[in-house]
Amino acid sequence: MTTQPFARLNDDDLATCVHCGLCLDACPTFRQTGLETESPRGRIYLMTQWKRGGLPFTEDQARHIDLCLGCRTCEAVCPSGVPYGRIIEAGRSEVEHIRRPTPKRWLARTALRQLLAKPRRLRTAGAVTRAAQKVGLTSLVRSGRQLPALRPRFQPPAGGIAPAIGPRKHRVAFLVGCVMPILYPQSHEAAVKLLQLAGCEVWFPRAERCCGALLAHNGDLDGAERLRDVNMQVYRDSNFEALIVDSAGCGAHLKDFYPELEGRVKDLSEWLVDVGLPTPAGEVTMRVTYQDACHLAHAQRIKKQPRDLIRSIPGVELVEMRHPDICCGAAGLYSTLEPAMSARILQEKLDDVLSTRAEVVVTGNPGCQMQLESGLRSRGSTMRVEHVAELVVRAFLH
Amino acid sequence: MMLAPSVIEELRRAVGKEFVIDSSNDLRIFERDASIEGCAPDAVVLPANVAEVSAVIKIASKNRIPVVARGAGTGLSGGAVTIRGGIALQVTRMRRILEIDPVAQTALVEPGVVNQELSLVAATHKLFYAPDPSSQKACTIGGNAAENSGGPHCLYYGVTTNHVLGMEVVLADGSVHWVGGDAPDRVGLDLCGVLVGSEGTLCAITKVKVRLLRTPPSVATLLAAFPTIEAASQAVSAVIGHGIVPAALEMMDSVTVGAVEAHYHAGYPTDAGAVLLVEVDGIAESTLELMTAIRKVLADHHGYAMREAQSPAERDLLWAGRKGAIGALGRIKPNYYLHDGVVPRSRLPQILSAVGEIGVHYKLPVANVFHAGDGNLHPNILFDLRDREVLPQVESAGEEMLRAVVELGGALSGEHGIGLEKSAFMPWVFSEDDLDAMKLVKHALDAHGIMNPGKIFPDPERKMPHLAGRTGLAIEAKWW
Ligand SMILES: Cc1cc2nc3c(=O)[nH]c(=O)nc-3n(C[C@H](O)[C@H](O)[C@H](O)COP(=O)(O)OP(=O)(O)OC[C@H]3O[C@@H](n4cnc5c(N)ncnc54)[C@H](O)[C@@H]3O)c2cc1C
Ligand code: SF4
Ligand code: SF4
Repeated sequence: MTTQPFARLNDDDLATCVHCGLCLDACPTFRQTGLETESPRGRIYLMTQWKRGGLPFTEDQARHIDLCLGCRTCEAVCPSGVPYGRIIEAGRSEVEHIRRPTPKRWLARTALRQLLAKPRRLRTAGAVTRAAQKVGLTSLVRSGRQLPALRPRFQPPAGGIAPAIGPRKHRVAFLVGCVMPILYPQSHEAAVKLLQLAGCEVWFPRAERCCGALLAHNGDLDGAERLRDVNMQVYRDSNFEALIVDSAGCGAHLKDFYPELEGRVKDLSEWLVDVGLPTPAGEVTMRVTYQDACHLAHAQRIKKQPRDLIRSIPGVELVEMRHPDICCGAAGLYSTLEPAMSARILQEKLDDVLSTRAEVVVTGNPGCQMQLESGLRSRGSTMRVEHVAELVVRAFLH
Repeated sequence: MMLAPSVIEELRRAVGKEFVIDSSNDLRIFERDASIEGCAPDAVVLPANVAEVSAVIKIASKNRIPVVARGAGTGLSGGAVTIRGGIALQVTRMRRILEIDPVAQTALVEPGVVNQELSLVAATHKLFYAPDPSSQKACTIGGNAAENSGGPHCLYYGVTTNHVLGMEVVLADGSVHWVGGDAPDRVGLDLCGVLVGSEGTLCAITKVKVRLLRTPPSVATLLAAFPTIEAASQAVSAVIGHGIVPAALEMMDSVTVGAVEAHYHAGYPTDAGAVLLVEVDGIAESTLELMTAIRKVLADHHGYAMREAQSPAERDLLWAGRKGAIGALGRIKPNYYLHDGVVPRSRLPQILSAVGEIGVHYKLPVANVFHAGDGNLHPNILFDLRDREVLPQVESAGEEMLRAVVELGGALSGEHGIGLEKSAFMPWVFSEDDLDAMKLVKHALDAHGIMNPGKIFPDPERKMPHLAGRTGLAIEAKWW
């Protein structure tokens, strides 16, 4: 536990910001408001003043931290190398230590901790939502965005191993995670199939838990550390070339927060482009557009590989929107905690997505998928949302 | 100075409650731009349209409150800093591209439109907006017009004023006017020419009509390394001396190249004493011919490791490195201080060695990255604001560099404007009479001096230049 005020904020990290402002227009909340206080530079300045005693901490100003999506677009464009992701997680965690939590935040945080730490509870929660969905009570989830139509939960194969198709060239571990297997089992299924096709034996560690990304992004670094300790016990003594992650938020968190796994955490698209897929069996005639998941494009700097995968499928036409790398407003729990700003950002994103007249918008993160699905539905559009793996696997299903 | 509650009330009525910020803590976040000056406004007001801008300025005029227009706050001379407090008129909500006329090749935009956004949209019509400040992904067209900004490609295409056809402006009494027109030739008094580059001291710009150009069919971009910065400067003079005017001709020294490479991995040669980035455009035959000629001149002047971009992606990467250079210097030290003096191109070798000596004398690292083709220097003095001792040194070094520029027959600023940082130096290059002439214009348009006061003209009340003693820095220094 920290005693000194803002001890978690590292002054040298903060000092890397030269106040040049080049990040401003990359920031979704600045684009919406035009306000320095809702910009990366403004937020860093605020945290710097808090840290250095130049401004007192006030709940009012903590709003500026709350309104940050944590999308890290600013970090990717910052020429000075400001580690914004680290700064905002530390800043959030300090804010949560100092202020009285609002009931909404308290609820969100407690529920998250409980659910993510105990997968069984998540399953129950999943079952509850599923039941609610069956009886048409989707609005029970009052986030303004609806849950996707639920399918049967993703089940790792018996024995916890999916063998390579053809000769085994690699042995990889797979992050099943917390939300994906319940909300998007089909993405996992496609991802595993592609890995097998690429000659990978896929191992599903049984005792593996949620990686802790959602906790860290919401200022609960202690909770995230506890999950890391559990998971590291699983990974530490096991033999695998790479830990494959098909959810951008988890991948980014694992890369930053699990130093012991250094270099071995791989996004699915990154890995597949690296090891190569066999030549696709068939053609997929489809017009698609690609939405960069923030935690893939900005936190992990992976933009090219998913596009390469998409373009490698014969018949697929990839039409870029004007700003594919601007956040859709999902940002983990953000759409629940800050529904108004999230909705504004989403509307602009939908205009951009719809202008491509694609049949499918492809992305690589469950949060983005949910946000886009619910947004497109609300606009009465028939455009579908798919995970990269789902699209690519089609080419091999003939 | 706090604004009277009745004034705040009036402002709220003018633009809407949520678009007036008057909480003192939040105002502090608006105290700086990209320079190192700082002073918080008394209110930030975000108008949505010209009518609201006019209403706000009328309120300010009635109450004699300073008004400082603010775009993205990427200015490098303290232009958007509310040094006398007052209202920061933030125009960033006005960010619509109102019209693109592909036939006339013009665009009408609101002042908060970001330079790069305009380029992105223009590109869909195979057009582009030529002035491309290195800050283009964030800076606004309004800010560009106010600063008469340049950019790498202004060597060939000219600076902002050559591309602004007309503007809608609000004067200090709140009245709204159109200046300029649709055609590049201006008849009558060229008011548009006066207002472009006026740094917010004469008007608030609410619409800008700009000229767009056809995207050239062929572009060639070359990166060349040189053993020393002198050799590179000589090469620059030689290229122009051969009667070649490239679209862009940029120089970076080894300090800069190191910082840039760390972020962009653009393949800049980190062992070089300096690199030049040269671009030519036009029809394919002519770019080929020009590039061949340029390569030869560069090689004759010790240029080596020449690399031509093979794809648009490679070209973008080479440019990303150049355009992010100033920001990338944060990897060396957290603060920079720079003056953008201009010298006649032939004097580049002399001024660069003078700059180098000044840096050595003050034991301060200096990174040079600049528009070499037009002799527009950007010597960035690098330091850490947290080290208070160093401030007077930084300031003296900056002043000496600028003095060296003037002694070599140069000018105070190529593109960043005078703002706060260089106002005290104006008498070095302008006589009393020159300054009086400017003041007459200022007085005619803004009799009460409410538009961006404390800028451009030397301020007798302030003992300038004293960085460490200035408001913002004094506050910041106190925090330590
Ligand atoms: C990394 C970096 C690189 C840069 N590279 C270049 C470069 O290559 N070339 C160059 O010329 N500059 C460069 N600059 C400086 C700066 O980006 C330009 O001066 C830019 O035009 C400022 O635009 P802005 O929107 O940020 O304006 P601001 O900084 O907000 O304001 C600048 C000035 O314009 C006035 N102003 C702003 N909007 C209006 C308006 N609507 N009406 C009236 N006055 C207004 C302000 O009062 C202020 O005086 C660079 C800056 C940085 C940080
Ligand atoms: S975060 Fe980076 S890009 Fe943004 S102002 Fe700071 S240094 Fe510049
Ligand atoms: S993380 Fe995203 S929302 Fe937050 S400051 Fe950076 S760009 Fe803006």
